[in-house]
Amino acid sequence: MTFALILLSLLILGSAAVAMALRNLIYSALLLIGSWAGIAGFYLWAGAEFVAFAQILIYVGAISMVVLFAVLLTKQGHAPEPVEFNSVSRFITGLIAGGGVAGVLLGAILGMPLEVRTAGTTPTLTVKALGAQLMGPHTAALLVIGLLLTVSLLGAVVLASDERRDQPEDAP
Amino acid sequence: MSPLQLCLVLSSLLFCIGLVAVLSRGNAILVLLGVELMLNAANINFIAFWRYGPHPDAGTGVIFVLFSIAAAAAEAAVGLALVIAIYRHQQNIRLQEATRLKG
Repeated sequence: MTFALILLSLLILGSAAVAMALRNLIYSALLLIGSWAGIAGFYLWAGAEFVAFAQILIYVGAISMVVLFAVLLTKQGHAPEPVEFNSVSRFITGLIAGGGVAGVLLGAILGMPLEVRTAGTTPTLTVKALGAQLMGPHTAALLVIGLLLTVSLLGAVVLASDERRDQPEDAP
Repeated sequence: MSPLQLCLVLSSLLFCIGLVAVLSRGNAILVLLGVELMLNAANINFIAFWRYGPHPDAGTGVIFVLFSIAAAAAEAAVGLALVIAIYRHQQNIRLQEATRLKG
């Protein structure tokens, strides 16, 4: 049980770290797909099957495609990007800040006596119970998130569309 | 080390990887992906506390993660549209050169 968790953690953390360190954006996006699939495996391990399938559908299926399209639409030349003179110092500063945050978080987690429910059984929350909860106490939130998705996708289309096409002075 | 602590260590390390990427990379798409990693780390925490918490039958953690995934999808769509808009203005997506508010 714990062994599977450690394997999943190695997959998630390794692919995420390598993806964030690479210079080629396509490789980064493909490695991040592996990391997101590993996170879906973690949800399956923890017993939240519906969330795992939602993660696969949304992250592995949809967001990865949007990221790949964005990478291809912003394709730059084959020449490698110049390494700026301040990028090394920025990287070191970011590493120090991230390492400090990691140290604080790990110290807090390992030093805190967490009260763990000792029953070894995985909690089962059926999809039926989940749907009843979404349609019962959380209906307002469900409607609001649907509205948010609609508005944000319309906004994304408006932002990404080429508005110069319908300006009359561009016409011959 | 209990499994809950292992889950929390995993989510903390994932959050810090995303944080380092956001702070140190100059590419706008990589910064967005770092933000996505940080959101995923928060979701892992929700699921871990739901799994090992005192009331696993309530299902609040699972429902919060569902809404969080939906919000992350909206954020990714708008963020990548902004990246494409920046690319159309300055022909690259380096954040150090995106210093103008006016289009």
